Amino acid sequence: MTLTRLLAALVGLLFVAALVIGPAGMDPVVSLRALLVGDGGPLTLVMREIRLPRALLAAMIGAALGLAGAAMQGFLRNPLADPGLIGVSGSAALGAVIALQTGLATMTAFALPVSALAGALIGVLLVLLLAGPRGGSLTLILAGIAISALAGALTSLVLNLSPNPFAANEIVFWMMGSLADRSMTHVWIALPLIVLGSVMLLSLGRGLDALTLGEDAAQAMGINLPRLQLTLILGTAAVVGASTAVAGAIGFIGLVVPHVLRGFVGARPGRLLPASALGGAVMLLAADIAVRMILPERDLKLGVLTALVGAPLFLHLIYRTRRAIA
Amino acid sequence: MTLLTVENLSVSLRGRPVLHDISLRAAQGEVIGLIGPNGAGKTTLMRAILGLVPHRGRSSLSDLPARARARAAAWMPQARDIAWPVSVETLVMLGRTPHLAPGQPVRPEDQAAVDRAITRMELHSFRQRPATELSGGEQARVLIARALAQETPLLMVDEPTAGLDPAHQIATLQVFSALARDGRSVIVSLHDLGLAVRHCTRLIVVDAGRVKADGPPGAVLTPELLRDTFHISAWFHDTADGPVFQPLKVVK
Repeated sequence: MTLTRLLAALVGLLFVAALVIGPAGMDPVVSLRALLVGDGGPLTLVMREIRLPRALLAAMIGAALGLAGAAMQGFLRNPLADPGLIGVSGSAALGAVIALQTGLATMTAFALPVSALAGALIGVLLVLLLAGPRGGSLTLILAGIAISALAGALTSLVLNLSPNPFAANEIVFWMMGSLADRSMTHVWIALPLIVLGSVMLLSLGRGLDALTLGEDAAQAMGINLPRLQLTLILGTAAVVGASTAVAGAIGFIGLVVPHVLRGFVGARPGRLLPASALGGAVMLLAADIAVRMILPERDLKLGVLTALVGAPLFLHLIYRTRRAIA
Repeated sequence: MTLLTVENLSVSLRGRPVLHDISLRAAQGEVIGLIGPNGAGKTTLMRAILGLVPHRGRSSLSDLPARARARAAAWMPQARDIAWPVSVETLVMLGRTPHLAPGQPVRPEDQAAVDRAITRMELHSFRQRPATELSGGEQARVLIARALAQETPLLMVDEPTAGLDPAHQIATLQVFSALARDGRSVIVSLHDLGLAVRHCTRLIVVDAGRVKADGPPGAVLTPELLRDTFHISAWFHDTADGPVFQPLKVVK
């Protein structure tokens, strides 16, 4: 319980920090007053149209990725599982890349995220079709890998055939993941799906706890495994699809956050779900503040930073796990 | 009262018939030993009874909806999976899963059931230890305690004594006998026929997917059955210390 409170307090703190830290260099109190009261001036515009959506998206997407990672690890009973495993992030990225390449993305702000969501939907339908209703975790992993590989190949094909170097450049940068220049429109596109998917994933706690003892024991304890798997796939697809659609590919949060927090919740997969959601929000808010502070003029990409921080952290965790096993 | 009725149960796995036309019943107060050579179909029979593998014919348990079934029978599979380093107490509490509605917090009666299971399996000193750090035999006892905490009328366990030291093998079967005295029943698959004859009230012999014999140990383990099904000869007598069964040699 104290862990939940601590993480929630950190989320609150970082959320406020994300609102008041920026290149404009304004006084924090003045900034917050401009956000809440609104004086019609430029500061209110900056706060409401730029900083607020960015901070909201960081918190939402971080929570979504942390939660989906914890659910996926619990379901597969494997600490190396990642929400991208079922192919949703790859197929969402493909949808976004097609929107960028065809120029659809330049027509309206909706086009890119909607195209990415369509990609995610097609990806998840293919995974469901391949894995089958009683497929079990191994077929799910294999279907996910196949869809990820196919989406990756098609993304490369689009880049390969791109006649326009600027479009190719834009695609590459988009795929690195970022929260820069997002608006409240992006928040409203992502929010309903992230809320819906999160509710689905949070409902899995008891089933994931029971799965600690294996699929046979869990089913004999009254857990409906096919339904659990379907809820997991659809919930993950909703949150990861929506996150990728508005922010691009942001890696390592779904992998590292559950791993770091597992020891604090007695390793129980059910209790890890809400803790990882809060932990993911903390990590992404912190990372998004960091990209603005480290190289403000160079537009350091968020996904690059999370990977740069996440990979060494992950190596450290693997090293520790290896020592614990030996 | 009958706790389980199985009628004409047949199972095919990947097109290969594994169980043929099995019928049996379990009443209250029985410790039923399921015995047979490797690959005879003991595990498949128990999983089919629970509805965990597709089957033809009828099992009163697999007819039930999942949660109702989980309150009627507990199952301890042979694979001793413990995926995460949860504490022993947390693991045993998982047995209460079918008794709790979604989102319902643990009630005092759930804690009491967990305490009873931990006491029965003598796990007090491990209570807060991560289950993954225990030895194989200790983990087996923790997993039996989990099945006990489910507090179902029928308990089905697959090879619970594999990897246990002699004292804990005997203690585990004595726990099953105590459950039977309380009016519950246990179906336990065993390879150790010496333990089976001493602790089971009834033996069911499965051979090549069929029930070969069903009855009290003394009536079931005839020299002919031992030769034909198990390919052994044995010394089996009632003694002042109860029935003693000692396999002697392989008979081709």
